[in-house]
Amino acid sequence: MNDTSEFVNPLRDPQDRRLPRIAGPCALVLFGVTGDLARKKLMPAIYDLANRGLLPPGFGLIGFARRDWADQDFAKIVHDAVKERARTPFREEVWQQLLEGIRFVPGTFDDDASFETLKQTLHDLDEAQGTGGNHAFYLSIPPKAFDQVISMLKKHGLAQRDQENAWSRVVIEKPFGHDLASAQELERRVSSVFHSQSVFRIDHYLGKETVQNLLALRFANELFEPIWNRNYVDHVQITMAEDIGIGGRAGYYDGVGAARDVIQNHLLQLLALTAMEEPTSFEADQLRAEKKKVLAAANPPRDIAAHTARGQYLGGWAGGKQVPGYLEEEGINPKSQTETYAAIRVDIDNRRWAGVPFYLRSAKQMPRRVTEIALNLRRAPHLPFSLTDTEALGSNALVLRIQPDEGITLRFGAKVPATLMEIRDVTMDFAYGTSFAESSPEAYERLILDVLLGDPPLFPQHEEVELSWRILDPILNFWAEQDTQPEGYPAGSWGPAGGNAMLARDGFVWRRP
Amino acid sequence: MIITIANTSASGIHAALVKARHSIGVASSMVFTMIVIADLRHYEKALAACQDAGREHPSRIILVVNGQETEDRLDAEIRLGEEVPGEVITLKFNGELAEHRDSVVLPLLLPDSPVVAWWPAGAPDKPGEDPLGKLAIRRITDAMGSSRPMAAIEHRARNYSPGDTDLTWTRLTPWRALLAAAVDSYPARIDEVRVEGAANNAGSMLLAAWLEDRLQVPVVRSEKGTGIGITNVTLKTTKGDISISREDGKMATFTAPGLPRRQVALRRRDVNALITEELRRLDVDDIFASAMSALVHQCERRNAARAAK
Repeated sequence: MNDTSEFVNPLRDPQDRRLPRIAGPCALVLFGVTGDLARKKLMPAIYDLANRGLLPPGFGLIGFARRDWADQDFAKIVHDAVKERARTPFREEVWQQLLEGIRFVPGTFDDDASFETLKQTLHDLDEAQGTGGNHAFYLSIPPKAFDQVISMLKKHGLAQRDQENAWSRVVIEKPFGHDLASAQELERRVSSVFHSQSVFRIDHYLGKETVQNLLALRFANELFEPIWNRNYVDHVQITMAEDIGIGGRAGYYDGVGAARDVIQNHLLQLLALTAMEEPTSFEADQLRAEKKKVLAAANPPRDIAAHTARGQYLGGWAGGKQVPGYLEEEGINPKSQTETYAAIRVDIDNRRWAGVPFYLRSAKQMPRRVTEIALNLRRAPHLPFSLTDTEALGSNALVLRIQPDEGITLRFGAKVPATLMEIRDVTMDFAYGTSFAESSPEAYERLILDVLLGDPPLFPQHEEVELSWRILDPILNFWAEQDTQPEGYPAGSWGPAGGNAMLARDGFVWRRP
Repeated sequence: MIITIANTSASGIHAALVKARHSIGVASSMVFTMIVIADLRHYEKALAACQDAGREHPSRIILVVNGQETEDRLDAEIRLGEEVPGEVITLKFNGELAEHRDSVVLPLLLPDSPVVAWWPAGAPDKPGEDPLGKLAIRRITDAMGSSRPMAAIEHRARNYSPGDTDLTWTRLTPWRALLAAAVDSYPARIDEVRVEGAANNAGSMLLAAWLEDRLQVPVVRSEKGTGIGITNVTLKTTKGDISISREDGKMATFTAPGLPRRQVALRRRDVNALITEELRRLDVDDIFASAMSALVHQCERRNAARAAK
């Protein structure tokens, strides 16, 4: 249809910032529609996009699962999920628009006949809805099924690397392998079917909005860059704490653990965004180039035993509720050595960061759900006060809160009024939610829209994934060789003693987020 | 809390604000000041709109109305923490003071942050030269809020100054987005455009002006639409018609050459959603400026044609 590739749409103008980009006609195939994620996040996100007017008039949504459903049964599932979870108000006419393009294909991942049906369904949808052969495949399925689905898509000609006038794209979710070797193997298989720019890896903890907020803070201001280095920063703490256990995800979580589940993708991405140099532009490949550079300069600690810690939550009372320990959770091997708390030190060997340790920790059953990056600054080189004046003074800190309540906190010392001279820490807080009118779209909304628009994702491509594994592999191997039980910590606490000891060795303490 | 202060001044209001914030214990992260100018008849409605806007936009909202007393007198009412993240300050001016409202508003603007002025109903002829309008970098009017929308939008277009915007334009965004996306998907030379809307719909006039400005082709506008607002836009191309029509103000039908007709939700938005869009960017909207000057040209041509008859 694009017979005039140099055609410039006269209705568009770079100055016209009001006009959103609406995805072209296309269909989205959802694998794993019966999962929690699909119901709680994906379906509502699709509706929210439609409600914001960002989906094209011709849009198809196809569910694929091992259920004996007809189209309307699936539509009912989507309808209920949307009504319950969507961010924006439910509107009948938006629903009607979506409903026209909803289809369901029953089948299993190994059944040729079901994939033939899927192919036919997509073809019919292209005719009826004008989706024009543009298809995105969202694999919301366990990693072990990736291979099967991808090879079936290839076998039945549902996805091809090179097609004219149409595209096929794929979305995969973490974990991207379980170590370097498996990540490389996964990449080999995926790239045999899809071009690397057609593969969208989502880190659903890290929305594009968050990444852009971080970039804006660092590179749109003169205030922060001068202190953003080893001359002023003492150490950096990156925390992702969850206030829940593994819930019903035993099958997924056991054997994976906190380091693979969160540190490999999420925390190392946050580290890269915090520590990287300024990209020449915010084009996706320029940004990736800087992230790759800093990840390549990052190393695991030399003494892994001293500078990492792992733990496993024990039963107890967390936030006023009695919860079982990890080993008592349903479906968990009672001898499991999987860690639910992982803390590691990462050293970045470059001019900007030499000697500034980055501490990464991720854990379940913590007192509070929080993700934050804390840059702790050095203490003033000289304090012209008496020691008692500054007893309550800590060091200055700049904290970037990722979630919940995204924002920035700055901690500094101030004189307590009406005292002779007493200095104490105070905080200054900025929250996106209270300073801006609009709530940020969900990470999934942005991701799905990027996929449909074909916007190069800010999310990691395989090189970054592999660099992350290179940092984590030695630590995971060391832990595996120990062959011991991770240190227990009571559910609802800030982690095991080992985690605190690990920082104490370097003369620091974890901040309480 | 609601604090009522009778017979006061700018500094009296300021002192009350500081005191109130202390007792609630909130830090202020308000990012702009919005001046809302209404008349006494529309006061209740304007206050409700302010509170709605305040819920979504943490800001200092100053609602300005004129009272009917002859004595020079300023009464104020402060709403703080009433399920509203920002502050709503109502100022009622009486007597000669009503001629000098800017003298009270100026000291109450938040330091070093943008100021937006909004006339929910009637607006001055030249918002950019209005004493309160001059304080703002962004002046929001609403031609559809006036009794003669077509005349109002023409008037705005003739008196346009940078920083002006009209909600009529904001209402058009979903239409414009859909049209632009249609041309993205079906690139073809457009030879002629038809815009159809209900009678007295300023939006269809402005949309026609924008299309003419962008496409530089004849745009035929008709007011015979039987539905609500804009009812149909047809882009005539060499390959056939691309058309979007909407009768009920909610659901539109999209047709393009060689394609099945499809439905797309295209709902009219409430004022709050419009204000949200307006506040997203506070710089000059060049595309709007250009569309407004195209609108003036259209009006000139119409007048010339009438005069010729």
